[in-house]
Amino acid sequence: MKTGILSIGLVRGLLFQAAGFLAGVAVVTVIRLAFGMGFSAEPAIVLGAFFSAIGFMIGVGAFSGWFANALGKPAIPPEEVEEPSGFKRYLGVSYDHKVIGVQYGMLTIAALFLGGSFALIFRSELVAPGMQLIGLQQFNTLIGLHGMVAIVGMLLGGAALGNFLVPLLIGAKDMAFPRLNAFAFWLAVPAVVLVLSSMAAGGFDTGWTAYPPLSIFANMGMQLFFAGVVVFGWSSVLGALNIVATVLRMRAPGMSLFRMPIFVWGSLATSIIAMTATQLIGLSFQLVMFERLFGMGFFNPANGGNPILFQHLFWFYSHPAVYIFVLPGFAVISELLPVFARKPLFGYRWVAMSSLGIALVGFLVWAHHMFTSGMEEYLRVPFMYTTLLVAVPTGVKFFSWTGTLWEGKIRFTVPMLFVLGAMNVFLLGGLTGPILGTIPTDLHLHDSYFVVGHFHNTMFGGFVFPFIAAVHYWFPKITGRKMSDLLGRITFFILLPSFWIQTLGQMQVGLLGMRRRVADYDTLPEFQTTHIFITVAGFLVGLAFVIFMYNVIRSAMKGEVAVGNVWESRSPEWELLPNPAPKHNYPQPLVVTGDPYDYSLTDTEYVELVPVAGATD
Amino acid sequence: MSVQPYPAETHPVDAHPVENLRHRERTNRLGLWLFILSDSFVFGALLFTRFYLLGNNRPELIQWLGLVVTVVLLASSFFMNRAEVQMSLGNRQGFLRNTLVTIVLGSLFLIGVVGVEWQVAHFGPADGAQGAIFYTMTGFHAFHVFTGVIFLSLVYRNAKKGLYSAEHHWPVEAAAVYWHFVDLVWIFFYPALYLIGTAL
Ligand SMILES: [Cu+2]
Repeated sequence: MKTGILSIGLVRGLLFQAAGFLAGVAVVTVIRLAFGMGFSAEPAIVLGAFFSAIGFMIGVGAFSGWFANALGKPAIPPEEVEEPSGFKRYLGVSYDHKVIGVQYGMLTIAALFLGGSFALIFRSELVAPGMQLIGLQQFNTLIGLHGMVAIVGMLLGGAALGNFLVPLLIGAKDMAFPRLNAFAFWLAVPAVVLVLSSMAAGGFDTGWTAYPPLSIFANMGMQLFFAGVVVFGWSSVLGALNIVATVLRMRAPGMSLFRMPIFVWGSLATSIIAMTATQLIGLSFQLVMFERLFGMGFFNPANGGNPILFQHLFWFYSHPAVYIFVLPGFAVISELLPVFARKPLFGYRWVAMSSLGIALVGFLVWAHHMFTSGMEEYLRVPFMYTTLLVAVPTGVKFFSWTGTLWEGKIRFTVPMLFVLGAMNVFLLGGLTGPILGTIPTDLHLHDSYFVVGHFHNTMFGGFVFPFIAAVHYWFPKITGRKMSDLLGRITFFILLPSFWIQTLGQMQVGLLGMRRRVADYDTLPEFQTTHIFITVAGFLVGLAFVIFMYNVIRSAMKGEVAVGNVWESRSPEWELLPNPAPKHNYPQPLVVTGDPYDYSLTDTEYVELVPVAGATD
Repeated sequence: MSVQPYPAETHPVDAHPVENLRHRERTNRLGLWLFILSDSFVFGALLFTRFYLLGNNRPELIQWLGLVVTVVLLASSFFMNRAEVQMSLGNRQGFLRNTLVTIVLGSLFLIGVVGVEWQVAHFGPADGAQGAIFYTMTGFHAFHVFTGVIFLSLVYRNAKKGLYSAEHHWPVEAAAVYWHFVDLVWIFFYPALYLIGTAL
């Protein structure tokens, strides 16, 4: 095994990314000079951005197996590749789905931390009217990056859960395409670097939605932001494709679709959206890139374009995008509630179908973001109805959760606390949804802080709380150790109330008429008092997240050793595997012999390992 | 909830999925079709863009040139199909010949679109919505044809080295399906760009 800093894939990747960027700049410049056109920074930076992503992938080693295949040389099968042990295996290409899941998870936490930090900077600016800390361009760049980095972080989080859990829960050795899996993860790293590097190129002032015509005229940072998101889109598409193939093709014998653990349904539904709709945000951003580079008239009315077209393309993805991480979040809630209420999941089939229902209806609601945009008048009412329809499958989930809790023997463990927190936070997010989806109220509330409050509710209830619950719950399967119970409880009891203060404060200033994304506001005292509350609560949310991060790192190193089925779950990864879960998961194939959630029955099992003797015909 | 009886196990439990080559190929096939599904959203969105911005108008283009490149591309799909059939019959020479014709026709299509049509069109990419749409749609499609040509060239080279058999030639199948898909996209793009509506 090689040693030294260049043996770390991540380091090699970043060096190659820098080299790729310079190569892209050089190519454009040489071509332009050869044709007698002078140096121009923007095309050079755009090609450099895409070359830098390819450079990273070459440097980290994500192409090696495919290059061998393309040249007709035998590549080592992914399951036989030697991998470094210890922490180092997380820093380079690994084909083990559990390692990739943890890699996604670490990038998730890093991205959420960064995205949250951006918010705390501009929140500090909003403590008082007038400008104190940062300039207007910085403020705008920070709100845009806060949005996109946090959303990317949550998308990564959904992928983290899916990659780590799906093969374990369906009794597979690994994903359907291990090489593609590693490729999809590593593509996300240069993408995040590109999005962040937009700060160095003058930032951008459009917010994360990047509406033209403004984005056509914004600073150069806009192009790096676009390039990063386009690259990340491919990461998302390929990762999701892999999960769909895994669920459809790799299930253990006897595991029919309706006998899968419910999380797998959530992951499947989510992946269907990510695999298809993501192409539209990639395309819409590329079209703006072309408009800037070649003067193409897509969105600028002065050149025959139509800015409303961008909004259609953008929201066709960006509304369902929310479900890409909320559905795995919901699925974590549905997976954990039966374990801690010691009862079957209420209405399993309905819950499974509601995930698909949300995913499919989610394709038909995008224009509810455009009620005030001046789009075609006749589209408004149909999109209002489809939007309200989403409440039906979501309501099914809430009924199932309350039905599961009803008369259960509830155990208030840390994961359960976060699950309950998720439910009550999402409830407000869900109830404010129809208010915004109804045209008359939306005309009043559109683009106000009320939207910000609603959105953060759905994000925290739908993703952040369930994600923290999942990390606490499956931590022993990753590290063989438990997370600290005390620190977990402290995290929860800081996070929940401070989040409520933050989100109710946002809704209140929104109802008073405060616009979102503005750096300055009226000197009226009712605005400032609430803004101080929001900012202080925001810092407490950040504190809770830092405690969570500390808990993860500390427990990974010296947490209490976890033995056996820590939560008395019926799920295969707890019933059949030691902590941490070994490489290639199950030593023998497993068969499904019962229901996943029959906690009231003591004499049945969900899964059994097939004895080796019985494995020969 | 009552205990329900479960049907007796029908799957062979000894064949772990990953070790089964047949299973592997079927999984690969699913993966490829999922990719095509995903990619068709890009082309679908481009078509939406075209009708959203231009509606019942179309760019003014050289009709006979469009017809020629279309015929060339459709013919390539015919030879692609023959190549795959020859491979599954175990006729390597027949496969190589037909693949070579496919590669040549695909390259002619690229020369026709990018090398000729782009140069002689009455408008540039910056000339309003029609320029934006024409160059982007043909550009995205040409890029796919280009990647298909590279894919086919690699398959050609590896087939020459004798890496595929009549039973196992997954890369050949993948390249063929991808090629037909790119062709199918053109069957939608050609009328959208050349035939539907009145010329601007
Ligand atoms: Cu929406």
